[in-house]
Amino acid sequence: MKVVVDQDKCVSSGQCVLNADEIFDQRDDDGVVILLNDSPPSEQAESARKAAAACPALAIDIEE
Amino acid sequence: MSDTLTPTATEVPDYPMERDGRCPFAPPAQMLEMGEVKPLSRVRIWDGSTPWLITGHAVARELFADARVSVDDRRDGFPHWNEHMLSTVNKRPRSVFTSDAEEHTRFRRMLSKPFTFKRVEGLRPAIQQVTDECIDAILAGPQPADIVTKLALPVPTVVISEMLGVPYEDHEFFQHHANVGLARYASAEDGQKGAMSLAKYLSNLVEAKMANPTEDAVSDLAERVNAGEISVKEAAQLGTGLLIAGHETTANMIGIGVLALLDNPEQAALLRDSDDPQFVANAVEELMRYLSIIQNGQRRVAIEDIEIGGETIRAGEGIIIDLAPANWDAAAYPEPDKLDLTRDAGQQLGFGYGRHQCVGQQLARAELQIVFHTLLRRIPTLKLAVPLDEVPFKHDRLAYGVYELPVTW
Repeated sequence: MKVVVDQDKCVSSGQCVLNADEIFDQRDDDGVVILLNDSPPSEQAESARKAAAACPALAIDIEE
Repeated sequence: MSDTLTPTATEVPDYPMERDGRCPFAPPAQMLEMGEVKPLSRVRIWDGSTPWLITGHAVARELFADARVSVDDRRDGFPHWNEHMLSTVNKRPRSVFTSDAEEHTRFRRMLSKPFTFKRVEGLRPAIQQVTDECIDAILAGPQPADIVTKLALPVPTVVISEMLGVPYEDHEFFQHHANVGLARYASAEDGQKGAMSLAKYLSNLVEAKMANPTEDAVSDLAERVNAGEISVKEAAQLGTGLLIAGHETTANMIGIGVLALLDNPEQAALLRDSDDPQFVANAVEELMRYLSIIQNGQRRVAIEDIEIGGETIRAGEGIIIDLAPANWDAAAYPEPDKLDLTRDAGQQLGFGYGRHQCVGQQLARAELQIVFHTLLRRIPTLKLAVPLDEVPFKHDRLAYGVYELPVTW
């Protein structure tokens, strides 16, 4: 699995960290997404998918 | 165009619609009936125009995330809430609520710092402490006690006041004006007065923090004014939004949420007995879904033609996405009229969706998770002190809820 984020689209909702804090973080100053791991292991795949589905700005793409 | 193709007053229902007093938790019945037929249909609003009402969950989610859908309330065809909002549209500075695309992103990022997931996680001990103090006071006081004034209002008000750097002793002032501003059918004059007083209050606070900054969100905004990024007026507008949204919405959700739990004792027991933070978190999502307290719909206007749900929304046509029927769409949530804390409510739309989704959602989640769970645990015998049909509901406010909630234990 490959994870791609678009920081320009991000609206700092925090939904990615809520769903997958091992893959995503937020910048301290404005909450914009930080990708911690673009190739998460298979046991984190489900939470990565949940994070992508929950992102209100459609800023997370998952390539399976 | 022939007359038969023009929607007439008799076939287009009026909006907003009222909830049925006998089913106080349900969205308006007429809206649910419309949603069973199709996910979007026309309604008539106060100025006689006929925007689209979105009642389906999938269509709502899609339109919330569609860049061809604008929140710019100065565009022709935008379906304003009421006369006051239309008459003052050019007096209000552009804000996070009324800007699109890059301009919106700029405003949004100025507000986001205190609301990141981790920052809010760090606030949990403070929220827990405020909650415990309120419950201590309830237990030490007379019965019946009013959950609204003793718990639902003070918890989010203390938290947002500290976060923003607004003196808590001013809470009666800002709660009053927030209330006037949130009247659902506000006259131009009343709405104006409430909005002006709050704007003035926040402007003064921004100016004070420009000179003497402290560690809080209004100081962050004041810093941006000092840096020439925004005006005092814009900073005050953003601060007012946070202040109102930060206590009024959560307070209503706590009040009516406690009532819904008391009305569903077997569900309340599941929440009380759970030690699993995931279960508690999902329970709050389900309560958000079930209660969908934001009334009057999320207002938008199409800037291009959009084909969706078997209809074409034309450029320049108004769009109203109502969260309540979308959250009660049986296609997304089977038996939507049942409060079921065990169902996966992860995609609920109570905070909206798309780039304008609630800025304070992680804070609201933390507050609701802590308050409901703690209250049920600390007062397990909690019960309503009056019959359900005597509880006064806020049919006339933008945020639905209860005016008071007398309880005994």
